[in-house]
Amino acid sequence: MAKSDVKLIGAWASPFVMRPRIALNIKSVEYEFLEEILGSKSQLLLESNPVHKKIPVLIHGGKPICESLVIVEYIDEVWSPGPAILPSDPHDRALARFWAAYLDEKWFPAMRNIVTAKDEEARKALMDQVGEGLVLLEGAFSKCSKGKGFFGGDQIGYLDIAFGSFLGWLRALEKMNGVKLMDETKTPGLLKWADSFSSHPAVKDVFPETEKLVEFAKVLAKFKATLPK
Amino acid sequence: MDEMKYSMAEEIKVFRSWSSPFALRIIWALKLKGVEFDTIYEDLTNKSPLLLQYNPIHKKVPVLVHNGKVICESLVILEYIDETWKQNPLLPEDPHQKANARFWAKFGDDKVMQSIGGGVLLKEGKEQEEGFAASMEDLKYLEEEIRGKKFFGGETIGLADIALGWLAHYLDIFEEIVGLKLIDQEKFPSLAAWKQEFTNAPIIRENWPDRDKLVTKFAAMREANLGKGTPK
Repeated sequence: MAKSDVKLIGAWASPFVMRPRIALNIKSVEYEFLEEILGSKSQLLLESNPVHKKIPVLIHGGKPICESLVIVEYIDEVWSPGPAILPSDPHDRALARFWAAYLDEKWFPAMRNIVTAKDEEARKALMDQVGEGLVLLEGAFSKCSKGKGFFGGDQIGYLDIAFGSFLGWLRALEKMNGVKLMDETKTPGLLKWADSFSSHPAVKDVFPETEKLVEFAKVLAKFKATLPK
Repeated sequence: MDEMKYSMAEEIKVFRSWSSPFALRIIWALKLKGVEFDTIYEDLTNKSPLLLQYNPIHKKVPVLVHNGKVICESLVILEYIDETWKQNPLLPEDPHQKANARFWAKFGDDKVMQSIGGGVLLKEGKEQEEGFAASMEDLKYLEEEIRGKKFFGGETIGLADIALGWLAHYLDIFEEIVGLKLIDQEKFPSLAAWKQEFTNAPIIRENWPDRDKLVTKFAAMREANLGKGTPK
């Protein structure tokens, strides 16, 4: 398949963009990565995702697919001879999708809001929320991994991708706030999983460095301050 | 395996409330597939221990229990139903069309429900104006998507129709409560036509909750929310 047949519009620091990149790597699909610049949206992005104008967007054979987890499922279905990303059993699939929805709708928004928390009390409340969520996810890991190294079992799968894509920012947040949200006592399984995930061949080249994210967080804050309220 | 289907009694239980549009999705999906199930009605002001045990994280309806396996979150449940009972599929075979259906289902929950349910129904004054403006944008996208089609799923009801289906019944009720017209026939002719098709479709038309009860409930919800917002 020609590399130009598969394009991904994204940005290196976005956890949502990381998801389809890992999925494409798992399937050994070559693709052209079109990096968006902070502060300006390309014509291609605006045309391919007119509804949300957001990354990631996968363009396959000229047709766009939007929404990171929708893209991951699409990749799994199209390149089906490759290693499976979603589990085969419908209930296992439902569990993976349930936790991915929890991550996107509850856990990540709390984590993201820590940066813009209005005071120390609000920040602490959000960090507690994130910490409690991690304890829930530790439980999910025990249940889904069935004793193996990943949520997907022996191989990384849908939930590994959905959750693992947030690890870079989680580590950056821990560093910026001088806290440990994932630790040996409360989330030992996740701690081990996080190492395995970030060093996995399909992940390591697209996993952002903590230092770079900490720097980028400052750039992002400055940029956001210039936006009209 | 057909032998197993006939010899094992299948446990299929749906936890719902009488009014939840999310739980209604599950009722529709199972009935459209001709799957028999037991219904457990929850009083959401007094949740049963069983519901709290099955959905400890969100404590919400709907919950599907299938032969002891618990599934939560309506869109997740819909995908499970479609994968488990293959008749009358809710999703097309083609991966790109499938992705499209999932995109619009998500758009409905992430955007439309927020602008209409959150912005227009539960707010007033400037906040409601902003909600109304946002909902006009959202409905414009739906109008473009449905144009030329009977349903979002094409000739038959699909995942996106089920996810957006609350618009076909609940929207009239919201419009009545706030005194605003959202899906105006002139502004959104294709969407208005879809509303008619969907609301009158077999199965769908037999399962709408009582209209008057819904008006009372959502009017009360609006009042309660506006009362909460009063600055001290």
